[in-house]
Parts: sequence; structure tokens; C-alpha cells
Amino acid sequence: MMVGRDVQFAVDKKPCEVGKPILEVEDLVVPSKVHKNNAVRGVSFNVRAGEIVCVAGIDGNGQSELIYGITGLEKPTSGTIRLEGRDITNAPIRERSKAGMSHIPEDRHKHGLVLDYTLADNMVLQRYWQPEFQNHGFIKKNAVLQYAERLIKQYDVRSGQGPATIARSMSGGNQQKAIIAREVDKDPQLLVAVQPTRGLDVGAIEYIHKQIVAERDKGRAVLLVSLELDEVMNLSDRILVIYEGEIVGEFDPKKTTVEELGLYMAGAKKQGEAKA
Amino acid sequence: MSKQNKQPLLQRPAVVGVLASLLSIVVGLVLGFVLLVLLNPGAAVGGMRAMLATGFSNMDKLGKVLYQAAPLMMCGLSVGFAFKTGLFNIGASGQYTMGAFFSLLCAIQFQMPWYVCLLAGAVGGAIWGIFPGLFKAYFNVNEVITAIMFNWIGMYLVNLLLANMPNMLASGWGASNSDRTAALNVANPGAILPRGPFAALFGNSSWINISIVITIIFAILVWVILQKTTFGYELKACGLSRDAAQYAGINSKRNIVLSMVISGALSGIGGGIYYLAGTGQYVLEKSILGMGFNGIPVALLASSNPIGTIFASLFISYIQVGGAAMQPAYSSETIDIVIAVIIYLAAFALLMRGIITKAVSGHKGKEGAAK
Repeated sequence: MMVGRDVQFAVDKKPCEVGKPILEVEDLVVPSKVHKNNAVRGVSFNVRAGEIVCVAGIDGNGQSELIYGITGLEKPTSGTIRLEGRDITNAPIRERSKAGMSHIPEDRHKHGLVLDYTLADNMVLQRYWQPEFQNHGFIKKNAVLQYAERLIKQYDVRSGQGPATIARSMSGGNQQKAIIAREVDKDPQLLVAVQPTRGLDVGAIEYIHKQIVAERDKGRAVLLVSLELDEVMNLSDRILVIYEGEIVGEFDPKKTTVEELGLYMAGAKKQGEAKA
Repeated sequence: MSKQNKQPLLQRPAVVGVLASLLSIVVGLVLGFVLLVLLNPGAAVGGMRAMLATGFSNMDKLGKVLYQAAPLMMCGLSVGFAFKTGLFNIGASGQYTMGAFFSLLCAIQFQMPWYVCLLAGAVGGAIWGIFPGLFKAYFNVNEVITAIMFNWIGMYLVNLLLANMPNMLASGWGASNSDRTAALNVANPGAILPRGPFAALFGNSSWINISIVITIIFAILVWVILQKTTFGYELKACGLSRDAAQYAGINSKRNIVLSMVISGALSGIGGGIYYLAGTGQYVLEKSILGMGFNGIPVALLASSNPIGTIFASLFISYIQVGGAAMQPAYSSETIDIVIAVIIYLAAFALLMRGIITKAVSGHKGKEGAAK
């Protein structure tokens, strides 16, 4: 193989041990940025500790907006979002981050990185305000550099000039690894990952899958959005199918098939009531 | 991240930046010379020599260079600071006018000491900066449009106010002309900027005062804010990528407003510092003061770097003083054209930077990044 060893596409994972609900979403309605209608129309589900819940669907059925609503990038019209029992529906993004939410965004260039910042500056994008990295408003440059170097080593982020590399000059896979390092190292209660492997090479995909499963095995809740059916089937413990802004079915990946999911994703079938 | 010296000298961004600025200045001077030859071949060499040598010819002229550089530097800092946040503060002129007005108001009307006047100038500029900031942040109105309108509003407002304040005008203090503010040495000598301990060094030139020191301190302060603080980190993040800043939980609206306020305050201090020198009186103008606009090429020449702004403003002030010395051989309008050509080309620093980077990397061949 091109990575010099066998790549496993099927992810090894232990059976999941679910705990208490971490993320609870009730009747969430989120407006769309491109048209006047709501993109998410009354979605309810929860994500419990120690499981990977995957939202599957054909692109453009509201999954992006659902994540915008949950992470605070877009203000929901109605509904409630609770993180560990705390209402965060209208909380600012920084508050959600403090409350234990990490977000691997869909568009790593638009949201995930400040492309013209160095890798080190990007590594602390969510944490630069913490006492660890600043003192009375002055950034502790050495602490930032050390932290970035640790993440680079630990998560195998490769770049031309280490922490001083401009993020724009890095390869897509390494940019994504940097984002994942930053978000996972925050030790979140809930990890929201949107198409975390889009456009990456097989080595990076395998690595990122392992990281996501490792988070789940640590007892974290993971909400995954993916357009790759293979990824959906391999990674998730529970699959929610979204169609035209509504959740039309909930499946156990062990008991369903790609074909069945496809029918729901295309809107040909709909479960009477989601069992969440 | 200058700690690593592994990169070859010519590939370091700082070196390339300085080199690019110097190269564009040289190209500008060459073109300016060509223009001089075309306009008046006989006087071209003498004219060029006057432009290049006058600033250093005697201490009085050097004092004038510093005197003019100070407000220019503040405007350059102002524009550069806004650039870093992704904003184009073309309203430096209006903020400068407002700063001048607030400073003179405190100086003449309220008889305050110079430091209070300077502070008032900052407040005046900040007030004029906050409006474009608010409109940009909350209504997504392009700051260029608002700022240009506020340039005119500011100018006419100041004219209107001054015309209706007899105490502010020179005519209110014994002089005959009513088209300008009172001379500070008559109205309130306490508001004139101190000449500083180094005035003797410049042969007690009437131009010299502490303004250049104040502005250099501000340049360093702005550099520290942008490079060393979390606030600067946030501002730059907003400027480079508003989406990523939002994702990181940075309040970009607040930062846009704050950035315009600080930018306005810097211009305002520039206005204050110029008129508190005591040598100039604010004349009721019919056109917008050029100083704020001159801040734009200063910022561009310095690639928005606050430390670079110090040198850029000194350079532009230098050729302005030099240009004035070309007077008999060339008319003042043609001198302005030559200066404009030099400044215009000097502002090509960004283009030059690209050319240099390309030339250097073409030489070395690109090293493949990992994976």
C-alpha cells in the first residue's frame, strides 16, 4: 500500500458502554443561510457518554445547519440544546467550548484554522485565553510553543518548520490532524466531528478514525456527521438518518445494511417515530 | 517565531519585507528622476539632489522632517492597525481632523495643559472611529463608505463649530484673521508640546519638540499589542479569517468596533500632536486634510508593521521636506506629482515582496513539505 503497511478500513472497536446522556437536543429548528426556509425542522436526539452517534444523509439535508445550531455558529429558531443537563441553546460559542464541547468543523479552511497563523498559534486557537497561555493579557509565547510541540509530537502532525509553519502551507491531512489534536486535547465531554476525513489520504483517515474511537472508549460522547457510508457503518454505534431537515430513522449499524440506509436517506422510507 | 535561524537569510519574511520596501523606494526614486528630466531637464540633477539631500543639510530641516513625520506616523499606525483587523480605515483623515479639533478646543477654549489636550485628541479620534466600526459590525455596512462620509462630516462639523466659537479663532486673541484658530503661543503657551531635552541638539530649531518621541512610543505600544497580547491575537484572527475567529468563540463584532476605536484614537493623537506643536494653526479648509490619506501609503510601505511605520513615515516626511526645496526650478504642483510617484511606487512593497520571494525560491528550488 502507499502508506507502507496494510491499512485497516474496518475499525477495531470494543462494544460500547453507554453512560448518561451528554448532549440532548429537543425539537431543534435551525434556519438556513441560503434559503428562507428552516434547514433543520424539529430534530430531537441525544448522545450518551461512550458512544458514537452518526448523522447520515445526503449532503444538503440539514446536517451542516444542525451542527451550526449545536455548536453555536448559527442561532437556532427554537428548541433546546443541553450539554450535561445545562441549557446551552443560546450560549455563546466560547461558553460551549468551556462547558466541554469540541468541534471538528466541516470546512477546515473556513472555520477550523486561521490559515495565515502559524501552526503554534492555531494549536491554541480554542485555548489562548486560558491562564496556561496568557498572563494579564500577554501571551506566554514559550508555553504556546511547548504546547504546540507536544501536540505535534503526540498527534504526529507533520510540517515544514514545526510550530512556526504557516498553517496554509501544510497538507490537508496534516491540517486536519492539527485540528483534531487541538480539539481532542481539550479533553471534551462531547466531540462534534463533521466529515473529519473528507479529502484525506488513507493513512490519515485510519489515524483519525482511531482517534475518534479512542475518545469514545475514554467515555466521551461523539457526534459524527459523515457523507461516507463506509465511515458511517464502520465507526458509529448508532446511526440517525436525516432527510430534508428531519430525522427519519434510527439504526444499529450491526443490524442494518447500506441499502436500507440508502432508502431512508433518499426519502423513500420513513420510520413512524424515532426511538431516541 | 524568530527563534529558529535555520532559514537562509533571504527567505526570512522580515528580511524580504525590508528588502521589498527598499527596492520599491529605489524604483520610485528612479521614476521620479525620469519625471524631473522630462519636466525640466536642466534642473533635474539639482532638483533630485535637493530632494534627497535637503533633509540632512542642516539641523533645522532635519527638525522639520521629524516634525512632519510625527503626525504622519500616527496616521500610518492608525491605518496599519485597522488593516491588521481586516478593516480599511480610510477615515483616518476625519479622525485626524476631529483629534485636532478636540485638542485645540481643550487648549484654547478650556486652557488645559498639553497632555490633557493630547488625550482629548485621542478621544475625538476614537469617537470618529467608533461609527464606521459600529456600522460595520452590526449592519455590515462597508467601513470604507461610512468612513469617507465621516471624513466630510467631520471636516464641515469642525469648520461649523470653529466658525461659531469666537474664542477659538485667531481674531479672538488680537490677531486680524478669522479663518484660522488662535496661535497657541498667544492663546495658551502651556498647551504647546515641550521641546524636550534634545532641542539644543537640533540647534533649537523651531520645529523640534517631543512629538516624534511620543509617536515612536505609540508605534512600539501598537507593536506590543498586536504581537504579544491575547487582544492582538484576537484582532489579527478576526482580520485574517472572520469565520475561524467566530469558530474560536472570538467576539468579532466587539473586536471590529474596538479596532476602529483604537485606530481612530491613533489618528486623533496625530491631529493633536501636529497642531499642539504650536507652529501651525488649524485653517478652516474647504477640502479634507491630506495627512490622514498619507497614512495609507505609510501603512502600505511598512506592510502594516508598526515598527516599519516609523521608518516609512520618516521617509515620506523626508522627501516632502526635500521636495519643498526644489521650489524655484519646479512648481509646487509638479513637485507634488513627483512625490506622489515616489510614494505610489514605494507602496508597491507588497508586489515587490512577491517578486523577491519568487526569485529566491526559484533559485533554491522548493523543498517538499512532509507528506
